[in-house]
Amino acid sequence: MHSILYGVLFILLAPFIGGFLAGLDRIITARMQRRVGPPILQPFYDVFKLFQKKTIMTNRFQAPYIICHLIFMIFTGFLFFEGSDILLTVFVLAVSSIFFVLGAYSSKSPFSFLGAERELLLIMAYEPMVLITLVGFFKIAGSFHIYDIIASGKPLIAYLPGIFLGFLYILTIKFRKSPFDISYSHHAHQELVKGITTDLSGKTLALIEISHWYENVFLLGFVFLFFGFNIWIGLGVTLAVYFLEILIDNTFAREKWEFVLRTSWIAAFVLGGGNLILLYIFM
Amino acid sequence: MSFLKNSPWILHYNGSSCNGCDIELLACLTPMYDVERFGVVNTGNPKHADILLVTGSVNHQGADILKNLYAQMPEPKVVAALGVCATSGGIFAPCYNVKGGADKVIPVDVYVPGCAVRPEAIIDGVIKVIGVLEEKRAKMLEAKKEESL
Repeated sequence: MHSILYGVLFILLAPFIGGFLAGLDRIITARMQRRVGPPILQPFYDVFKLFQKKTIMTNRFQAPYIICHLIFMIFTGFLFFEGSDILLTVFVLAVSSIFFVLGAYSSKSPFSFLGAERELLLIMAYEPMVLITLVGFFKIAGSFHIYDIIASGKPLIAYLPGIFLGFLYILTIKFRKSPFDISYSHHAHQELVKGITTDLSGKTLALIEISHWYENVFLLGFVFLFFGFNIWIGLGVTLAVYFLEILIDNTFAREKWEFVLRTSWIAAFVLGGGNLILLYIFM
Repeated sequence: MSFLKNSPWILHYNGSSCNGCDIELLACLTPMYDVERFGVVNTGNPKHADILLVTGSVNHQGADILKNLYAQMPEPKVVAALGVCATSGGIFAPCYNVKGGADKVIPVDVYVPGCAVRPEAIIDGVIKVIGVLEEKRAKMLEAKKEESL
């Protein structure tokens, strides 16, 4: 019963936390570039403004796809915070990503197509590492249920340092941060790197923003899982990881997709796979 | 309540500018002027933009592109012509390939003179044009109400 409460709390609070974190991100980014930066509520202003704009549909399937993307993203976070099966959670997340890609494919713009292809390549890049992470959790906690993983009280980070580092590597893809933001960048001033959202405008673009907030909170929850044994250490590390992502965002130039795919698979199989092999040998 | 004034996203189109005004426009985004303080974001996509900023005179080849960009922007939308070339054609006005200012092709709401236009003038122009944006939104809402009646 309690666990469902956490899921509902996620649905209600995640947009506020996610939007607030996005505002913080923009201020910290600005300070790193010696600028003042927008007010902390800027992401909310942006989304409210997008709701007030007229929405141009290039295809009648576009809006349903984007709405499905948002719904499945919320469902992913709900399952996660409710303490459900982590395998199901990750595959619902994959469904959500695919709906986003379908939304981009439903328009006729070549930029949108390129963005969709790049997004698919990114999904290919991060999926192996995510699956290895899940196997690592199972090996330590003996269950795929998030509730059991947390309840086991084991310091997962002590057993899974390699997997944690590998997961941090792909987290940059999921947060859409600079070296790996090839399909949809936050600060894109060219059409190509805003690729997947090229043909979205008004309300559909606002929904994408909101779903990204949900996704960020879910991902930070995933980071927290490694430090689930102590809530304060967990929260501290989670925020530190978010700051690290902003720092990486501001210090690295955008990479090509070949590099992203190659290095994230190397990270997955060397850091993640190596960690798993050691676990299976010594435990 | 309208949030347009809190988050005006701009799209920049260079007609046949000498790049003077373009550089000044980009200077607005630098730490010195930092227009992101007011929520201004330089988008590269007409479908995300609220304000179209045109620099340089419009020539015959670029006229269709400018029309196309303007048509792709979702309502409410406004246009500001930056620099004397975009307002009237400037010293290029008599050239055989030049049509004139941006208003020869699309409706322009605010004219910002200068050669090159100063960043302070650009910020001033953007704030003026946001006022027009608000008016257009109010008109849009009224039209919607009338439609539903």
